[in-house]
Amino acid sequence: MERILFYILALMMISFAIAAVSSRKMLRSVIYLLFVLMGVAGIFFLIDYNFLAAIQLTVYAGGIIVLIIFSVLLVHHIELKLEMAKPKRQIVTAIACLLGIGVFLKTMYSYDFKVIENHVTTTTSDIGAKLLSYDAGGFILPFEVISVLLLAAMIGAIIIAKGKKLNQQTDV
Amino acid sequence: MFRLIIQYCFSITDIHASVIGLRSSGITRSIQDWLSGMMPEATAQIVGMVIIALIYLGIFSVAGLFLVLIERRVAAWFQLRIGPNRVGFQGLLQTMADALKLVSKELTGTERADKFLYNLAPYFVIISALMALGLIPFTKAFQAFDINIGIFFLIAISSIGVIGILLGGWASNNKFALIGAMRSGVQTISYELSVGLSLLTMILLTGSLQLSEIVEVQKNGWLIVQGHIPAIIAFMIFMIAGTAETNRAPFDMVEAESELGAGFHTEYSGMKFAYFFLAEFINMFIIAAIATTVFFGAWLSPFGITESIPILGVFWFLAKAMVLVFLMMWFRWTFPRLRVDQLLTLEWKYLLPINLANIVIMAFIVWQKLIIQI
Repeated sequence: MERILFYILALMMISFAIAAVSSRKMLRSVIYLLFVLMGVAGIFFLIDYNFLAAIQLTVYAGGIIVLIIFSVLLVHHIELKLEMAKPKRQIVTAIACLLGIGVFLKTMYSYDFKVIENHVTTTTSDIGAKLLSYDAGGFILPFEVISVLLLAAMIGAIIIAKGKKLNQQTDV
Repeated sequence: MFRLIIQYCFSITDIHASVIGLRSSGITRSIQDWLSGMMPEATAQIVGMVIIALIYLGIFSVAGLFLVLIERRVAAWFQLRIGPNRVGFQGLLQTMADALKLVSKELTGTERADKFLYNLAPYFVIISALMALGLIPFTKAFQAFDINIGIFFLIAISSIGVIGILLGGWASNNKFALIGAMRSGVQTISYELSVGLSLLTMILLTGSLQLSEIVEVQKNGWLIVQGHIPAIIAFMIFMIAGTAETNRAPFDMVEAESELGAGFHTEYSGMKFAYFFLAEFINMFIIAAIATTVFFGAWLSPFGITESIPILGVFWFLAKAMVLVFLMMWFRWTFPRLRVDQLLTLEWKYLLPINLANIVIMAFIVWQKLIIQI
């Protein structure tokens, strides 16, 4: 049962990933990308990691894809199509992709995966405790660094958005 | 995954028990035996899941049609009219007849629309609403999918629905639909924040995201009583933001009739229009159901008066949800529509700061154990 579900999800992800890069209509490829991301969420559900699956759905499907769709709606007309790349560039891209696949496959096949018999679901309280613990293996430092980074990004966004108004006020 | 499947199978038994009644548990068991007697276990599981899905689809369509009827009667009541009361007793079959009419209508579309995305869009809205419905605890037994991140999963699912609206608006190749879709995107992205934060306030009290455990905590008094002042503030914010999330008046800039025709579904006709329409009403019910679960004790009866009869849980749940649905209809027919800038001001300058302060107050109350418990 799980095997069948995995192959369905994997097939779905691969075919939609190919469709996403080969489609010449912009919004369609965004939607194919959305299906790929949902497939990733499905894989997380399959390994019983519900929290990460929901994060995947909220952040990628609900957040980033909506933002991409938004920018497509603003700049793209329904009749426009993306232009084909030059043959020279296509060849270079193909070689780069093949190299990337090679590196991935080599890592995957050389790594010794261990099968864990009785797995338990990671609960949100475990994740929260780990994020805030300052013992060995705790994640308090990265957590704080990321929060400072996000704060800086937010202030930066506000300053960029209000830039002109702020300057006028300081001049007066 | 396997655990989930087993959970589904258990919920089949439970759903039958709660739908057919307590004395028919023999019948339920015989259905289970009949299913697993006829086919191997894996097939029986799949058939069981299909049955669950069909039951939920049934609930989806019946509840949607019923809510449309209620909306029309309430609207008529507010405007001193009578409303639809001819088809069936008190107009009960009116929306059924409307649905039949919509099925028989021609499906039209605009020229040079992106047909694939145009046809795909309603399903995003429908499927996200249907998945959210599966999490709602109607009674202790009648809950299809009791995942350990319940509330968070609901928020995640509800953020997918807006993609359908954006796609439908863009793929119609119509300027009104496009403007409606853009407004919808702005509105949903901003108000999702308030929905999430107001629910987070209540999570501080429950200490769990799982819906069944949230109900369990409320056996010592509903959360709106336990958390008193900050809980009431959180409830008000949740209802305002929930109304905005479902794109209902007074926040219906998405389909403002006087400005945009019908907004993002201007170009949809027949059954595809009905999908959007039904999903809107189901979303309203889901917002009311989440509020019922998180603030008003879901299927728990007031003061535990019918605790010995668990089958009455459905009645209490639906009664509470219907009161909240009525509240949202009351909003719709009372308040004038906001402008877009007023809408964004309300969210970012008022609701969000109040919400953040509210979380701190709630944390203080939980820390100092100032909770009211009966």
